This record gives sequence, structure tokens and C-alpha cells, in this order.
Amino acid sequence: MFVKIEPRSEPSKAMKYLSPLIAAVLMLISGLIIFSLLGKNPAEAFHAFFVEPVNDLYGIGELLIKASPLMLIGTGLAVGFRASIWNIGAEGQLAVGAIFGGYFAIIFYDYSGLFILPLMIAAGAVGGMLWASIPALLKTVFNANEILVTLMLNYVAVLLLALLVHGPLKDPNGYGFPQSVLFGDSAILPVLVEGTRLHLGVFLALGGVIAGWVFLQKSFTGYQMQVAGLAQKAATYAGFKYKKLIWIGLLSGGLAAGIAGVLEIAGPIGQLLPSVSPGYGYAAIIVAFVGRLHPGGIFLSSLLMALLYLGGESGQMNLDLPSAVTGIFQGLLLFYLLAADFLIHYRMRLDRSRLEVN
Amino acid sequence: MRKTPRLQLKGMTKVYPSVIANDSIDMSIAPGEIHAVLGENGAGKSTLMKAIYGVVKPDSGQIIWDGEAVAIQNPAHARRLGIGMVFQHFSLFETLTVTENIALAMDDYKSMESLAGRIEEVSEEYGLPLDPGRLIYSLSVGLRQRVEIIRCLLQHPKLLIMDEPTSVLTPQAVRKMFETLRRLADEGCSILYISHKLDEIMELCHSATIIRGGKVTGYAVPADETATSLARMMIGKELPVCSRERPVVDGERCLEVKNLFKSSADQFGTDLKSISFSVRGGEILGVAGISGNGQQELLYALSGERLVDEKDCIAISGESVGHLKPDERRNRSLGFVPEERLGRGAVPGMSLSMNVILTAHRHGMVANGLLKFQKAAQFAEKCISDFTVKCGSKDDPITSLSGGNMQKFITAREILQSPELLIVSQPTWGVDIGAANIIRQSMIDLRNNGSAVLVVSEELDELFEICDRLIVIAEGCVSPSVNVDETSKEEIGLWMSGMFPGGPAEGTSHEATSDQESHVC
Repeated sequence: MFVKIEPRSEPSKAMKYLSPLIAAVLMLISGLIIFSLLGKNPAEAFHAFFVEPVNDLYGIGELLIKASPLMLIGTGLAVGFRASIWNIGAEGQLAVGAIFGGYFAIIFYDYSGLFILPLMIAAGAVGGMLWASIPALLKTVFNANEILVTLMLNYVAVLLLALLVHGPLKDPNGYGFPQSVLFGDSAILPVLVEGTRLHLGVFLALGGVIAGWVFLQKSFTGYQMQVAGLAQKAATYAGFKYKKLIWIGLLSGGLAAGIAGVLEIAGPIGQLLPSVSPGYGYAAIIVAFVGRLHPGGIFLSSLLMALLYLGGESGQMNLDLPSAVTGIFQGLLLFYLLAADFLIHYRMRLDRSRLEVN
Repeated sequence: MRKTPRLQLKGMTKVYPSVIANDSIDMSIAPGEIHAVLGENGAGKSTLMKAIYGVVKPDSGQIIWDGEAVAIQNPAHARRLGIGMVFQHFSLFETLTVTENIALAMDDYKSMESLAGRIEEVSEEYGLPLDPGRLIYSLSVGLRQRVEIIRCLLQHPKLLIMDEPTSVLTPQAVRKMFETLRRLADEGCSILYISHKLDEIMELCHSATIIRGGKVTGYAVPADETATSLARMMIGKELPVCSRERPVVDGERCLEVKNLFKSSADQFGTDLKSISFSVRGGEILGVAGISGNGQQELLYALSGERLVDEKDCIAISGESVGHLKPDERRNRSLGFVPEERLGRGAVPGMSLSMNVILTAHRHGMVANGLLKFQKAAQFAEKCISDFTVKCGSKDDPITSLSGGNMQKFITAREILQSPELLIVSQPTWGVDIGAANIIRQSMIDLRNNGSAVLVVSEELDELFEICDRLIVIAEGCVSPSVNVDETSKEEIGLWMSGMFPGGPAEGTSHEATSDQESHVC
């Protein structure tokens, strides 16, 4: 007996939009089963994980702080993903963005003025794009696989950041700790709501999502990216410049990640540390896919993913859960999403007849 | 009936989610009968044949084989009963030899050597010479078909199903195949012959079942019918005729190809060797040839999807464009309909409206880098109404269209941009007669408006119907051009084998000619 996988004649349209929801529900159920197996009361765990982190204003602020880089990077990555350009390197691009932005915060430490933050953000954007231009160059010139190049450059970037805060960018009066000086007030994003840590960066992230929406849904270049992703031969047939699309696809991810890096160091962290991201660059890949590569969906899925981060922290504190729990939830979500998407296009059938070579 | 029919179908019905492919079809074939199954594309011929060959299971109905009801489980079962099928699209492995390919489909054979011997034997016996040791990629399309036929013959079939077998053959090769089929029929093998070519059916077949929209609309003895009466049964109305008056204008040279050399991107492809020809405004130039002789490569070079090294090799309206990308050539008023519809000519996963933007964006659909969806929608509506594309709406996915309607839509998109030069590959491949006529007429109308049209097709009938001049491509070389009125299908057929002045098989003696033919056809 064989299990046969065959394409469905007509993939359901409704399911295409429902599958992220189905994936989220299945993730929740599996999570609760895991909690029970760990000997926790599922209801209590659910409360600690998904309710407690956001049951006050401060919590909502934290949710938005976490969601901001995710939605920003997710949108930037979606631009490339639409054209089947797989940038897995947002984590590294974020780190380089933080280095570039942080550098200006440090050299202008003794200054104050409105020019510092925009300068940091611009520098972060440039840094992220520079880092992304490496795989873009290698892909357009040597046809190097961008998945491998971007992934490997993540390690380089993160170690580069560590090297710098252990060396040249280390706070001279920091008792040897590997961290930079605490940024001056002019290099810190202003807090929006009293009693929270919610800062101006959330508007920047929303602006990025809106810009991404216009680009992807309304612009001719966005259309070209989509054509290239759906049918490369059709893009060649129409004469779209694929190399240009590769550059746009990778640089948009770098741009978004670089800015997100600055939002982190100029927001909740306030200085350069050896590690400035709890894996936002990777989580944003999941955010982009759960959001169906559509900026509106990405906005919603970034909130869900942010909640998983907060829930993981809360679970560690209140329930003695291991820190791996956030990663488990993220993995479950992506796993179920991919499975649901697969089953939209294919169905499995038990097949009794022998496999026949015709 | 004098004898038990070899195969009888009773009330065969197959329903797909959106369409009834076969609606209670009855049919009967006697031993030694050549029976035509005639119908337009999408009429349900293929579904019916697949049901007989065990590829699809009918929802209801009976198959009676030699007087006994059978339920055919799968193709292996069908082969055991004595049913063989030659598919329209071959399923051969290019890197394997003839013998190895045939061995893959055989349920019993002793050794490769003995199988090769049998292949030689059978191929000699039926006048289809074939070298069992040759690799498939080195064989012409005609010879590949021969492999498929011999694969069936080795199993001593009592019923042979042939699905559109002549669409890949030269007229000479068609003659030869007809001889083989007649001989098989004389030996008692029944043949189901699927085609939409009326003249072939009238010449070859003893009887015919005509199918339209999944239903049998008539049984006929083709010899007693006329093409008109058969066509009426097949499409339900008179066969529409294209009106092709002579071109009035003798325009400027619109496309000029000079000394074009290009190696193929595909390792089993055909390199282009010193190709030169030109097309003037106000004429249709046809490129005849058996597929795989360089048509793909030529079209990729002309469209700009593959650039050529010498920019002067290709000129549009006097300007060298060999170095220009497809969109830059389109800006010089080139329109192009490729033979691959989905995935090249159209983007799967996008609506009709969005598919318009693919090439028509230069006609006011982009402003300040943003798309004007309204304009695209209007253009799509015009494509749908002018070419009677059958679809739900302009917002439906392109994949919801049938092959013929997708071809109409893509052709409409290219023609409604009023190109000065239109290149069309296989304009009516797998398209039903009604749609084919709309497409052919639209190309003629474009020519009458002074545009130059280049048509690449394997269908000689079509080329003779619409073209003013013809050239032939064989093994990457093109023949001199000839006016359609001054040549014949036989001559073009010979040219398709490479026997034209300056062609790859020029100057071969008569003896060698017949040998050559066995290689090509």
C-alpha cells in the first residue's frame, strides 16, 4: 500500500487565507500538549503565555516594540521572497545596521541635536544594504546561491559586532564589559506613551509596512518581482531585468533589517551589545510567510510572533519553562503553515494498486 | 454484425469537477477496422482513449473486449489484453537507447540482446527501419514516433490507439505511416485513429465516430462524406473559412535576419547555422519544419530572450537589435506569441487582467512607476470581447482558461498592441477549429493593415492557408523562400527533410535520398 500524493485540481482559495489561522490554532494545541507533558496546568500555562504578557498598557507597549522590527524586516524580506529571492540573512544585516547606526551614536556622544537619530537610521539602512549587496553581487555575477551566502554572512556579521564591542567600540569606562557607552539622549528614540517603553520606532516600522504595501501591490517593479517569482520564463519573455530584481529583492531586506537594527539599539537597548537581536532576522522569515508575503498579513503575523517572544519570557519567569520554548512555538508555527500550504495544493490518498512504470 | 466486435463501448461516462468529459458514449470497432475518433480539442477524445487504455477510470459504462465485459485497471492490464497506445507526446528518455526505452515498457523480455533482435525484426517487417542501439536524443521526431509504434507492435496488439500521430510528420512520412497502418489492419489489428484532420480521416479510415462536447454527434463512413459534412458534425456548424485576399501593400523590410549563428542552450537542441531571411510589412512569412530543427532556438534569438553575439544579425525596421532585450525590441513594435503558453506567455497565479500588464504595460498602464489597474482591466476586456475568449471574468485566474482560450487571450494581447512585426509560434497548437480560425484571421487582418507577420508552425495545412511566402527550417538551416502559390506540400515536405538548395541534405543521390528519409521521417 502506498500513500499517493497528487495535486488538487482546484486549490481552495479560502484555504489560502485560512491556512495561517489553522497553523496558529494547531501550534496552540501542540503547545498546550507540550505544557501538559512538562507537568504544567495547560490553562495556567496558556494564561501565562498568551494573556499575562499583554494584560496591561506596559505589556501592549512591549508587544509593539517586539512587533516593530518583525513587521519591518518581514516586509523587506517579502519583497525579495515574492520574486523567489531567498534572503535568509536579515539577522546579519540587522547586526551590521546596528554597527553603522551605533557608530554614529558613539562618535556624536558629546553632541546633542535632532540630526543624530536620522543620521543613525540612514547609516543603519546603508549598513544593512551594504551587507545585502554582497550576496546580490555574488548572485548576479557568479550566480552564487543567495540562501547559502546570506546565511553564512549572518555568522560573520554577528561575530563582527562582538569583535567591535570587545574592541574599538567598547566603553573605556565600562570596567571591561563588552559593551559600548550608553547612548546620549539625542541618540535614543523618544518614548511615545508614559509608563511604557513604546518608542517612535513603531511609526517607522508602520511606515515601512505601508511603503512595502504600495511597492508590492501597486508598483510596476513590484509586479515584475511577482512575475519573476511565479514564472521566471515569463519574466524573461517580457524582458524584465532579472538582475535588477535580484538587487531590489536583496537590498530591500537589507534596508529594512538595517533600520530595524538601529531601532533596537536606539530603542529598548540604548547601547551596542555583543548581541542586539533575539533572532528577529530569522523570525521575520516566518512572519513574512505566515503573512502570505502581503504587508497587511505581515503586520498581523508580526503581532503573533511578538506575542510568542513575550509569552516565552513570561513562561520562563512564571512557570520555569526553558528558554527554548519560544523557538519551539516559532518552529511549530512554520511547520504547520508549510504543511497546511502543502495540503492546499496536494492531497494524500491511499493507493492499493502497484506503482507502475509506464 | 458478422463477427464479434473487437471493442465495444456502452454508455461510457466520465465526469470531472467542472466538466462532463464523456457523456454516455457508445462505439464499436470490428477486428481489422481503422476507426476514426473525430472531434475538436476538448471534445473528450483523449479522456475516452485514456479510459480504454486504463489511465482513467470511467464513472459508468461498459467496455466489452472480444465479447466479454472487462474493467481495465491500468495500462499494464490494457497491454495484457492486447491494447497498445501511441501518445501524442512521447514518453521517451533522451539519454537511453531505443532498446532500453522499449525495455522499460515491456512486462517480459529475456535480455537486451534478444530484445534488440526482435526490434530489428519487427521494424524490418513493417517497413519502419530503426537502429535499436541509437540514443533517443539523436533521433528526429518522426523516428521517435516510430520507437513508440514499434514498442506497441512488439506486444502484438489487437487494438492500436494512435493519438494525433501525424502532427509531427512530413507529408511523405505520413504516407509511409498510412501504409503501415493499413498493413496492420489487413492482419486483423483494429486501429483507433484520433485526429481532427478531415482529409486524413477520409483517406485512411473505414468508419468514424464523431464527438462534440463529450457526446457522440454521429457515426459516419468517411469515404462517403465530404470535409464539410464531417466538419459540421464535429463543430456543429459550417467550417469557417479564413478570407485571405492578396496583400495590397508591399511594405518595407520589417524583420531582417542575416547570417545568424547561435548554439543551442539545450544540449540536445539544434544549433542555428547561418540563417538569413526577411519579412516585409504586409506579408505573412511561414517557417515550416519538423519540430526540434532549430525553431525554438530561432524564436529565442528573434524575441531577445537569448541575445546573439553579433548585433547586426537581426534588424527590426532597419535597426540592429541583436543586442537588445525583449522589452527593448517590443519598444520597437515587436509582438511575440510563444508556443509555451502557461509559464512563458502567461503567468500562472495571476488574473487575466494582470497578465495583460506583462507585455502591454507600455501602452499607458504605468504612470510614475505605479500600475493603472483600470487601464489593464479595459485592455483585458477588449481582448476578451474581440477574440471571444470564453472565461468567467477578467479577474479570473488565467489558469481557469482552456488551452485554446488561453492562446486566444495571449494572441489578443499581442495583436491588440498593433505591432508592426508579429512573431507567432505554433499559433493553433491544441486549439479547436473555431478558435484557430479566429487566430488565423486576426493574423491575416494584421497583415492587411501593413504589419509583418512571421509564423512558425508544424502544421503545413495552416501555413498554406495563411502564408504568402514560406521558408523551411531543417537541422538549423533555412531554405530559400518560396511563394505559397508556386510550391506544393510535397515540395515543402521534401525540404523539411533537408533537401533544399543549400540545405543539409542537398545533393544526396536518389539512393541516399531514400536512406535519408528513413533518418528523418
